[in-house]
Amino acid sequence: MSKLSLRTEGDTVVVVTRRFAAPPAEVFRAHTEPALLQQWCLGPDGWTMPVCVCDARPGGQMRYEWTNADGGGFYLTGEFLEVEAPHRIVHVERMFLPDRTPDNRVETTFAPDGDGTLLTMRMQLPDAATRTMMLSTGMEHGMEIGYQRLEARWAR
Amino acid sequence: MNGLDTTLAALADPTRRAILARLAKGEATVTQLCAPFAISQPAISRHLRVLEEAGLIARRVDGQRRPCRLAPDALADLDAYLAMLKKGMERSYDRLDQLLAAAPSRKERP
Repeated sequence: MSKLSLRTEGDTVVVVTRRFAAPPAEVFRAHTEPALLQQWCLGPDGWTMPVCVCDARPGGQMRYEWTNADGGGFYLTGEFLEVEAPHRIVHVERMFLPDRTPDNRVETTFAPDGDGTLLTMRMQLPDAATRTMMLSTGMEHGMEIGYQRLEARWAR
Repeated sequence: MNGLDTTLAALADPTRRAILARLAKGEATVTQLCAPFAISQPAISRHLRVLEEAGLIARRVDGQRRPCRLAPDALADLDAYLAMLKKGMERSYDRLDQLLAAAPSRKERP
């Protein structure tokens, strides 16, 4: 399956793309139905999502809570702004680690691509400095080290 | 607070992010940092103290001045967090591939 690609646009946008071997309706469903999200939207191995609220309609709330066997955990809250099944979702989200991260406005599109789907997520950060920091090294370089270190921290 | 919390708290303020963006271009004195902002020098100094305590900036003594620069490892914790996000995203999507392949309508495919 195609690898995740990550690029920047302008000063404040990060774009992630990924292709899936299923039609948009199915990929969209997997992004909006809690019972499905809880099966895949888990990040690294060892994590579960015991709480998944995903009211995918304009004005609807989202709340995802992750936890691991060591008692680590964090959560995300957000609000849906636009929902056009099965092609487009716009929402705002932020993480609580437990401190709140800056709001991230995310436009997700599910475009037909042959017999599959091209998923595109455009993440709009609040300003150029925040994005510069996001991308300064972490998302493109030295990922493994950071990942292990952070996991160790969350595991405490 | 752990390092990441401190970093995120320090970054949660737009003026402090703007200061960091300026320092990303090179060392600057407090006076130089004040210039683009419509706030007082003491207020800027308070922001600098928060950034310094979070380990995001370093200051040196140069006569009467204490110029600021970005600390080399300033964003290591934030980088680690974002690296984790990307890696986690890749793992999630691999899992979604499997879920989609197992969906009933997929089984009809040749």
